[in-house]
Amino acid sequence: MGGIFIAFKNINYTDGIFHSPWVGFDNFKFFFTSSDAWIVVRNTLAYNTIFIVVGTLLSVLFAILLNEIVSRRILKAYQTIFFFPYFFSWVIVAYMAYSFLGPHGIITSYMERIGNQSFDFYTETWIWPILLTFINIWKGLGYVSIIFYAGILGISQEYYEAAAIDGASKLQMVRTITIPLLMPLITIMTLLSIGKIFYSDFGLFFFVPREIGQLYPVTQVIDTYVYRMLKVSGDIGMSSAVGLFQSTMGFIIVLISNFIVRKVDEENKLF
Amino acid sequence: MLARKTWPQVIINLLFILFSLTCIIPLISIISISFSNEVDIVKNGYHLFPKIFDITAYAYILYQPVQLLNAFKVSLFVSFFGTFVSVAVMAGIAYALSREDYRFKNSLSFYVFFTMLFNGGLVPTYILITNYLHLKNTIFALILPYLAIPWFILILRSFMQKIPLSIVESCMIDGASEFRIFFQIILPLAKPGLATVGLFMLLHYWNDWWLSLLYVEKESLVPLQYMLYRMMNNIQYLTSASNMMPPGMKNADLPSESARMAMAILAAGPMLMVFPFFQKYFVRGLTVGAVKG
Repeated sequence: MGGIFIAFKNINYTDGIFHSPWVGFDNFKFFFTSSDAWIVVRNTLAYNTIFIVVGTLLSVLFAILLNEIVSRRILKAYQTIFFFPYFFSWVIVAYMAYSFLGPHGIITSYMERIGNQSFDFYTETWIWPILLTFINIWKGLGYVSIIFYAGILGISQEYYEAAAIDGASKLQMVRTITIPLLMPLITIMTLLSIGKIFYSDFGLFFFVPREIGQLYPVTQVIDTYVYRMLKVSGDIGMSSAVGLFQSTMGFIIVLISNFIVRKVDEENKLF
Repeated sequence: MLARKTWPQVIINLLFILFSLTCIIPLISIISISFSNEVDIVKNGYHLFPKIFDITAYAYILYQPVQLLNAFKVSLFVSFFGTFVSVAVMAGIAYALSREDYRFKNSLSFYVFFTMLFNGGLVPTYILITNYLHLKNTIFALILPYLAIPWFILILRSFMQKIPLSIVESCMIDGASEFRIFFQIILPLAKPGLATVGLFMLLHYWNDWWLSLLYVEKESLVPLQYMLYRMMNNIQYLTSASNMMPPGMKNADLPSESARMAMAILAAGPMLMVFPFFQKYFVRGLTVGAVKG
């Protein structure tokens, strides 16, 4: 935490961290006046918003549908298979993506055959938001849907039995029992991910698009930006300023969203 | 009546089978590419099933695999040693936090969990590790930063909170020391929790590329995942000297595409073999953590 100082200083190695001159908010100013600032902040927020919305919807849907599977054996099989992507590191996922999208990739060769011209995924910027969303959801779906599934298992069967006696259809049960009773869990999970909205999955954005400069406008996020600034240009002051900005914003967002939830529904608040 | 009941089932199953396929096919594709013939790949592209079965890629990477073996060694050591130490550390913290009669319980929990919400960011951490702890290019840089992960402490704490305090109190009356209670009573009772978190940590350490990306430049400390990352851009990295090529293979017919995928298989393989068997622990860990965040 002492490192917060760095953000406000002009670091030079002869003076060391604590004796370098103070520069106030210059490091921040430098970042926010650069054209990168808008792009990386936009990318981070946009991607995370898509991930949260699509990811939550899909995993709740999967959890509800998993609950409809009658056979225990089949259920176990699905769970195990859905969990598979979670076990791969992002580096491996990047290799998998490459095996489909690379110059000799399975999808690439298919597209070249029907389009009759060469095609390179790693230079097309428009396709990456879709690809990254797909890959991210693909990797996390098994994991998150099991959390929700466990939540559904925790709902007392009596509600469903009573509803069945009253002649409720499956769909009605889902709408009036499962979803309302799952809401606290959904809120907690969403709050946790909203708290991390200024952070992104470094591995996804760093490895999967294979560090191709052409794709930076759609793949550069705050995390990769800070890393590249630190490792490539070695600008400690500025990368630290960006990092601090990220942390502070994330913290504020958590407080705000928790405040809103507390207003709307006291029960579901995080703290 | 029967038809109305089964149709939704069919649709659900179709959806799930479809998603299962998207989970499995990428794995099949890298396996089959690793067994494909390089010339065929360059000419016809990758295929989901190898057209010409070929194990040159494996012959190539397993011929004098000095780098590879070393990376395996680093990964194995970091995974097992790291898991052991981190579980020990986190169990200690979690136990202290689970004790109702611990005076600094609230302030310590705040100290631990506040880092989940707010931290200095990448640069201060980096400087702490490199300039103050001087851990750059040591194996501890790959272990130390993950020793206390708040989320897992949370999971362990909820496991330990289920152990009634009266057990601890009755031990105290019998004259057991705090250490004895911790090691002989609490740890055995919290075994399922320890196993769960241990498995998560094992996976976490094995799959980690982040710490090596930041702190490792020395060749002898490169773990598997980092090696794989470097190979993505430069296959030559695997055999930096061309005299390590198997006899009869020239630099020109280096099976670069298939060798990459073969490496990926070797790096992902061990965990994939082991983990489906531990899946139930994973599920349990997830659900315990989910009860209250």
